[in-house]
Amino acid sequence: MAKVLVVTSGKGGVGKTTSTAALGAAIAQMGEKVVVVDFDVGLRNLDLVMGAERRVVFDLINVVQGVAKLSQALIRDKRLENLWLLPASQTRDKDALTDEGVGSIIADLRTKFDWILCDSPAGIERGATLAMRYADEAVIVTNPEVSSVRDSDRIIGMLDSKTVKAEKGERVEKHVLITRYDSARAARGEMLSIEDILEILATPLLGIIPESQDVLRASNVGSPVTLNNAASAPARAYVDAARRLMGEAVTMMVPVERKGLMNRLLGRRAA
Amino acid sequence: MMNLLRLLSGRTASAPVARERLQILLAHERGLRGQPDLLGLLRAEILAVVSRHVVLDPEKVIVRMDRGKTVSTLEVDIEVPNGFERSFAAAG
Repeated sequence: MAKVLVVTSGKGGVGKTTSTAALGAAIAQMGEKVVVVDFDVGLRNLDLVMGAERRVVFDLINVVQGVAKLSQALIRDKRLENLWLLPASQTRDKDALTDEGVGSIIADLRTKFDWILCDSPAGIERGATLAMRYADEAVIVTNPEVSSVRDSDRIIGMLDSKTVKAEKGERVEKHVLITRYDSARAARGEMLSIEDILEILATPLLGIIPESQDVLRASNVGSPVTLNNAASAPARAYVDAARRLMGEAVTMMVPVERKGLMNRLLGRRAA
Repeated sequence: MMNLLRLLSGRTASAPVARERLQILLAHERGLRGQPDLLGLLRAEILAVVSRHVVLDPEKVIVRMDRGKTVSTLEVDIEVPNGFERSFAAAG
């Protein structure tokens, strides 16, 4: 049974695209057949983060409008043979997406893949509502920061009312993924703690991704962080999160950077 | 340890403030979710029109909406104090 998972947040810049790429690659590495779908029409970026920007020919809108077949628009990852990308259109606007069009593409993808990861655009407009519309599960990407938590709460409300599952009286299974977490700052009371965020959002935790330079380094070279540096703290955190999505019970922890003593002392000072 | 760090840095923790502000804000926003501003507007305008003729307690004007599949109903419930006709005649 294929699973449709939306990666969403409301707020922009919290790490939806990074998380879609990292989770997609991690699930594919476990042997599942995965497609990551970019719903950010007009501002596509998943292709860039996945390192496939030069291979885009057709896109989601072309398929919705019948200009291209789904098989022509899908791009196979160069590193993992069971990971695919369906890019968004860069030139069209989001109104080119229709509910019926998205519904038929998702139905088609369900027959071909084990996991369909939908990378939602920021905001609560058409692109974001259509990205979540057919979801079975949702990953709500949240930064430990007031505006991000507020927007996540709004998105949770939409997942409970505007999705096909919600309209049928069923529930979209929701998970909070906390990104850019700095445990030193949280310990000093400068950043909302994990407990604060979970209590406010009343939604189970999928994982905690630590703030790390490895995330930027991976997107610079066009590789999901889980593939670019599998030993890095964010990669390990994403792999743990992916295993939880696959139903494994993995102890929750914040992976830390492996540093030498000198670095650790200097790191403390700089923080 | 946390307090010691805080003392050394000379700053107070801002996270508890963030948490409290969020809790208050979201309790309010969740209550409003799905309700259009229309109801507040209707209530205010109905109150203004009726108040031109009758002294009303603003608390006693209730506007409710019931959204059905094909039709929705708007219910306006205004409690008018006794003797309202007399005061209306005197004013007119």
